[in-house]
Amino acid sequence: MARLDVKPTRMELSNLKDRLAISTRGHKLLKDKQDELMRQFITLIRQNNELRAEVEEELTEAMRAFVVAKSLLNESFIEELFAVPNTSVTLDIQEKNIMSVIVPQMDFMVDEAVKELEMQYGFLNSNSELDLAIDRIKTILPKLLKLSEIEKTCQLLADEIEKTRRRVNALEYLKIPELEETIYYIEMKLEENERANITRIMKVKDMGQ
Amino acid sequence: MAHKIAVVGDKDSVLPFKILGFDVFAADTGKKARQTIDSLAEQSYGVIYLTETVAKEIPDTIKRYDAEVKPAIILIPNHKGSLNIGKNRIEKNVEKAVGQNIL
Repeated sequence: MARLDVKPTRMELSNLKDRLAISTRGHKLLKDKQDELMRQFITLIRQNNELRAEVEEELTEAMRAFVVAKSLLNESFIEELFAVPNTSVTLDIQEKNIMSVIVPQMDFMVDEAVKELEMQYGFLNSNSELDLAIDRIKTILPKLLKLSEIEKTCQLLADEIEKTRRRVNALEYLKIPELEETIYYIEMKLEENERANITRIMKVKDMGQ
Repeated sequence: MAHKIAVVGDKDSVLPFKILGFDVFAADTGKKARQTIDSLAEQSYGVIYLTETVAKEIPDTIKRYDAEVKPAIILIPNHKGSLNIGKNRIEKNVEKAVGQNIL
């Protein structure tokens, strides 16, 4: 392990000891942060994985049903049916702090009053397949919205965990050993000087007699 | 703060979302999708759903928004089925965070 390039003085020794104390404390804090992040991440990512599998499957089926329904109708009719959406979804994003990682917390406000209403398009230019397809997509909606929140959170957590791990490792395997070794070197050097000094004084005293 | 939700992708897949009240943007090429996403990100869109067929053309653009809190870009399959890009992204996250695939 490389030793820091410093002069072996008492001043330097005291500085290095301070730095070592701070590094050790920082290392402990970061390690705790990493453990907690990991705990949160693992529960979330499991959920994420399951939710994604479900949503993907259901969404594909619903879309397929929609395409089938669409193929039975004239293109321009479909455009017309969807020209005026009858529900409105707005999104309220609050920022939540997980171990100093800012993650979004999404609240979806689906207009309840409108949700209860029947589909608002004419019977004439639509068919029952279309109704079913849209109904299916509507049932997926809550899951899809939940997935968005969890997936984004996981994404942000993963980035932060990687960053934290690098910091922890840099401190643990590089910074702290380096400091410890330099402190040891300075202490040895100072003791050696001390002994040299004593011998010198003893010699001088002998010469006087 | 109120945010809007957008859906970007090929026309057949995104149209049904319109009935749910999402804003729908049709984009069948990577270039078009990139421009759409960039302009949506500047507006108050909180979540952008992107179909995987389009997403595979523009991995860099998606990556750019990964580190931001918003917008969240979420991949969805299209009517032809999933390309597993979304799944792979989850697995990559796990590997990045844990060091190996634990799922």
